[in-house]
Amino acid sequence: MGAFNNKRTADAAVWLVLLTAPFWMQWIGGYTELGSRVLVMALAAMSLNFLLGFTGVLSFGHAAYFGLAAYGAAMTIKYLVPSTPLGMLVGILVGTGAGAVIGAMIVKLRGVYFAMVTIAFGQVFYFITFRWNNVTGGDDGLTDWHRVPIDLGFTKLDILGNPELFYYFILFFFALSLALMTILLRSPFGRTLLAIRENERRARFLGIPVERHIWLSFVISCFFVSIAGTLYALLNNFVDPRALYWGQSGNFVIMAVLGGMRSFWGPLVGAVIFVVLQDYVSSHTENWESFIGLFFVLIVLFFPRGVLGIFKRKVAQ
Amino acid sequence: MSLLRVENVSKHFGRLIAVNGVSMIVEPGELRAVIGPNGAGKTTFFNLISGFLTPSSGRIMFDGDDITALLPARRVWRGIARTFQITEVFPELSARENLRIAVEVAAGYRLRTWLSSSADGEVRARVVDLLEMGGLTEKADRLVGEMAHGDQRATEIMMALALKPRLLLLDEPTAGMGDQETHDITQLIRKLHQTQKLTIVLIEHDMRVVFHLADRIMVLAEGALLAEGTPEEIAANEAVQAAYLGKAA
Repeated sequence: MGAFNNKRTADAAVWLVLLTAPFWMQWIGGYTELGSRVLVMALAAMSLNFLLGFTGVLSFGHAAYFGLAAYGAAMTIKYLVPSTPLGMLVGILVGTGAGAVIGAMIVKLRGVYFAMVTIAFGQVFYFITFRWNNVTGGDDGLTDWHRVPIDLGFTKLDILGNPELFYYFILFFFALSLALMTILLRSPFGRTLLAIRENERRARFLGIPVERHIWLSFVISCFFVSIAGTLYALLNNFVDPRALYWGQSGNFVIMAVLGGMRSFWGPLVGAVIFVVLQDYVSSHTENWESFIGLFFVLIVLFFPRGVLGIFKRKVAQ
Repeated sequence: MSLLRVENVSKHFGRLIAVNGVSMIVEPGELRAVIGPNGAGKTTFFNLISGFLTPSSGRIMFDGDDITALLPARRVWRGIARTFQITEVFPELSARENLRIAVEVAAGYRLRTWLSSSADGEVRARVVDLLEMGGLTEKADRLVGEMAHGDQRATEIMMALALKPRLLLLDEPTAGMGDQETHDITQLIRKLHQTQKLTIVLIEHDMRVVFHLADRIMVLAEGALLAEGTPEEIAANEAVQAAYLGKAA
């Protein structure tokens, strides 16, 4: 029961920190937009971890769906309708749809082959956005658009002019996504995914159609990473091909592994470390990536289960 | 009608003939042992029945249906469950969670994202029963990967049983075990066979276990059928003694 209570307390603490972040961030040298960025990256890393940590399948190409969703949202708002909800809807549909199609082609592959093919597909989309200048803006990115305040009828949400309000807008989708992930992971379906992670052969000989379940997990993971992608476009009022680049996919993997891929909150911790380090170190040196790389290597060497793995082990002892 | 009917199956790996024209008929409620020296093709033969491999030729009938080309998961749905020579469990989950997954899949809940409290209660109760039957009640919440070998094997057997199989295939259930563990697992198999009227086919090296449990014994040597009969007939068979029992002694 002790572990259960600890978990409840930890959950409550995390939500309290996230809910109050805009009020204390500036006191420790942060700013609201940094908090928003952490949430978006954390959601992306947690989406990836649905697949990596809870199904045991490594995708090295999740930036593709993240980026496609970002472009879907941005292009809808720029070219079709100046509406934030519609932009998000289109972005999520595009990212998830691409995930469903590509997932179906690759679910038979395992391990490093799966990872390589996800990179390859990711790079295909990267080069499309890179080359298709007159639609995507090419290397310069898609500019001259911005997120649009949302009219709820009784009130208007000025997510454009009010950064705190936009933080809570992101937090709303973050919380909704995590609630859905939790429901899924605690269900019989979620347990079949753990079964596949733990022992694919045993899962198969329990009568679980392993490929179909991996495909479902991949699509669910792409759905959540697409939500993160649309929020990323809205956050920056801009999107460029680097959102789809395989380096971005690698960053998601680093965040998940850094924080601890077997813990639900691990990728959030990883995202906090990654984004804050990036923000802080990059204001001092252009070589911020080497610092993150060094930090990552040290964590993986000494704490292979990530930052949260350290605490778990302490608790177990 | 016989439950399992293996008709003249062969399996080739390149030029190696692992199983060569073997037939077997298993009646409902029977406990059949498959024995033979190392490299006799026993495990390959098992893999053909469970769908881990497909035969190069021959036919496998289960309860009157041709299952020769069915995928493993579909054979499980029809009622064929198996364990492996090297125990296959979910090591980082508890015994309770291991069995819970098996019970939920067997109940057809594998795609459910929500269970009613009555369905959830039934699942939990069934898991408790299985833990009890497998002698795992006191260790239920320990990680299976940290359990003794015998308890891991018991977990694996109970997971297979959770599927309510009509045919249970056990590949060397006592492999690598000490005397006490061997004894416990043998008693467990005997209990399942008698109380659940379960049809079981097992591969086993330990002759004490085989002669203690089996209704009928089939002997493979070099991929082919050498002999088949009751334990008394097999013990008296000169070809078997020459090829196998003699060598083991």
